[in-house]
Amino acid sequence: MKSIWFYLVLLFMMVPVSGYCLSSAFEGSVYDPGTLKPRDSVVKVKVGDPVPDFRLQTIDGGQVGPGQFRGKKNLVISFIPAAWTPVCSDQWPGYNIARPLFESFDAVLLGISVDSLATLFAWTRAMNDLWFPVASDFWPHGAVADSFGVLRSNGTAERAIIIVDKKGIIRFIHVSDINVRPELGMIIKALGAIE
Amino acid sequence: MKWIVPVVLFAMAFPAMAMDARSPGEKLLEISLETPDSLKVKEYLGLAAKPSFIMDDLDADVVVVEVFSMYCPHCQREAPVVNRFYDLLVKRKTPGTSIKLLGIGVGNSQFEVDHFRKTYDIPFPLFADGDFIVHRALGQVGTPYFIVLAREADRSWKVVLSRPGGIQSPEAFLTTIVELTKGEK
Repeated sequence: MKSIWFYLVLLFMMVPVSGYCLSSAFEGSVYDPGTLKPRDSVVKVKVGDPVPDFRLQTIDGGQVGPGQFRGKKNLVISFIPAAWTPVCSDQWPGYNIARPLFESFDAVLLGISVDSLATLFAWTRAMNDLWFPVASDFWPHGAVADSFGVLRSNGTAERAIIIVDKKGIIRFIHVSDINVRPELGMIIKALGAIE
Repeated sequence: MKWIVPVVLFAMAFPAMAMDARSPGEKLLEISLETPDSLKVKEYLGLAAKPSFIMDDLDADVVVVEVFSMYCPHCQREAPVVNRFYDLLVKRKTPGTSIKLLGIGVGNSQFEVDHFRKTYDIPFPLFADGDFIVHRALGQVGTPYFIVLAREADRSWKVVLSRPGGIQSPEAFLTTIVELTKGEK
């Protein structure tokens, strides 16, 4: 009985603040969906698989897909559930100052969400822009997220990090609790493991 | 004896469940932080060689706490300004109240806090609060946020300033702090 209380209190202390956008940069601008079901999909790919091919439109008017990095760069795909929501609005601005870390491992970052291009454009402008391409998986809705098995039942993507090496092979998959930002050190460590 | 730890933790946490930021005049709950490895930081804060410390252990009359996140674009832009504020504190020739500065990286891991420190060459102590424990005790404020604490005669800490947003003018911020803490020592 004593040990139950001990772990309950520890659990209380360890519960992360969920659905929480801390930065005042987005004060009053983000929609808080509350605490969501941590995961709501079944991953369809595994480490060692070739990355599913795709081409998506980006907010700068171009297109992006894993093929264009083959033989050149390691690719870190960051799926996020939705623009203008708390954890997402915290996550990508942080990668702005992490650029040297990614580049030190010859990696590029690609941000994908199921939001429309217009939504992503407005949202990333509020972050004072990002150094990496941001692509819309809006139509066919969530098709790319679905090909990886990270499309949730409500039509948003999971919060997932997929790392692909220069040969186009998946080397790391991490699907977070959607309410929690993936830790940067974990991503950098995974990139280091490729090299 | 195993009961003591969770009971103390729970007692500390319960009042901190309030969503409001700490207001001037309030007493600060005890917050425990891991003692940094850096000798320079230990000397700056006046810490002994213990694995963790509480506010009471700090060698300061006034502590300015910056609540930040590596992921916060405003905090990123604010970093050079806060560095200039730190420089003012270090260069103060006026004797009397000692003012120290530290930062709490809410929701940030040690790796993330270290990266923020290296990116902006931050000279003052930064602490990771990956599980938002300190953040809860401070009222779950947004970032950046500044809380200024003054030590009272009974050695407890009182909040004298609590505000969201950046410093804007390091000189004006320091003047405000000095005015608010006159006679607190």
